[in-house]
Amino acid sequence: MRTLLAFTALLSAPALAAAPAIHVTGWARPTVAGQAAGAAYLTIHNAGSGADRLVGLSSPAAAMVSVHQTSTAGGVARMRPAGPLAVAPNQTMTMGAGGLHVMLMGLKAPLRPGARLPLTLRFERAGLVRTNLLIQMSAPDAGHAHH
Amino acid sequence: MPDMPTTDPRPNAALRRIRLLVWVLVALAALGFAYLWLTTQRGDRSEMAVTPQGQASSSGVQLGGPFTLTGADGKPFSSAQALAGKPYVIFFGFTHCPDVCPNTLARLAQLRQKLNAGPRPFEIVFVTVDPERDTPQAVGSYAQLFNTPIIGLTGTRQQIDQVAKQHAIYQAKVKDPASPDGYTMDHGAAALLFGRDGRFVSTIAQEEGDDVALAKLRRIVA
Repeated sequence: MRTLLAFTALLSAPALAAAPAIHVTGWARPTVAGQAAGAAYLTIHNAGSGADRLVGLSSPAAAMVSVHQTSTAGGVARMRPAGPLAVAPNQTMTMGAGGLHVMLMGLKAPLRPGARLPLTLRFERAGLVRTNLLIQMSAPDAGHAHH
Repeated sequence: MPDMPTTDPRPNAALRRIRLLVWVLVALAALGFAYLWLTTQRGDRSEMAVTPQGQASSSGVQLGGPFTLTGADGKPFSSAQALAGKPYVIFFGFTHCPDVCPNTLARLAQLRQKLNAGPRPFEIVFVTVDPERDTPQAVGSYAQLFNTPIIGLTGTRQQIDQVAKQHAIYQAKVKDPASPDGYTMDHGAAALLFGRDGRFVSTIAQEEGDDVALAKLRRIVA
């Protein structure tokens, strides 16, 4: 047991040297009654000097929350689990429609436009980060940002 | 055999610690292998319901044609009747699809507004590729998400396969432990555009700009 503790201490030692500082914003898409799955899109900014990884998510509004990656390569829409997301120091990781997104499964109630979705993110080093996402039809700047 | 008297407990303790360390390493390695095995299993996509991937091209291939499915009201939907004389855009997806499908439908709804050619210059038709889960009610309420009339359709697996084939839409059930019911659907992402006469005109791809998409839509509503 002591060996295991020593191990953990060794692994987390660099955390003290260069700490990440995580800021999360984003939005969630509305759903209708009976719809089991919803999506949210996050912008994760790491203002710190240490790297971090998003290793888990949860919300009281859904049974299960995970990050998925969508692609439409070759004209086929595919969705796969994304795995832990690295957030480098001084970097911003932006999720977006048709790419990385947070998938909410087993929604307990429809996500109503204008309401907020509580979401807890678990980072490997920064620990738990809580956010309340606004539920809206499209990305906040969708009306202006044309690619 | 009698217990060996431990003359010096310290090296023994050290030995025990090394043994524990070895076991921890073994456990970590086992976890690693289990993870690798699981991820490769996931990657190898067991495709259970597959129709051949078609080329959505206007050259020679006659896409579309009349079809019968089930409407959101649970009653048979006959395209020959319901879509007669109406331009329409048809898109295949599923209601457990949280990203690409709502994006596409929201975009089609937005394009219909931007076209500025009356309230409903063309119909938007949404066909599920997941009829096992998507009941008429499910496609109906999903279609209501976009605050604009969208025709949501489902059917039997056989009917869906047939209609997908008619539209050269690829569909495959893919295992995904991180999705509801342990699976997700891969599906052709293009929206297909049909003119008033029911003839295939063009497709709108996900990555196409609004200008291109609007030009194509003008062709079907003209």
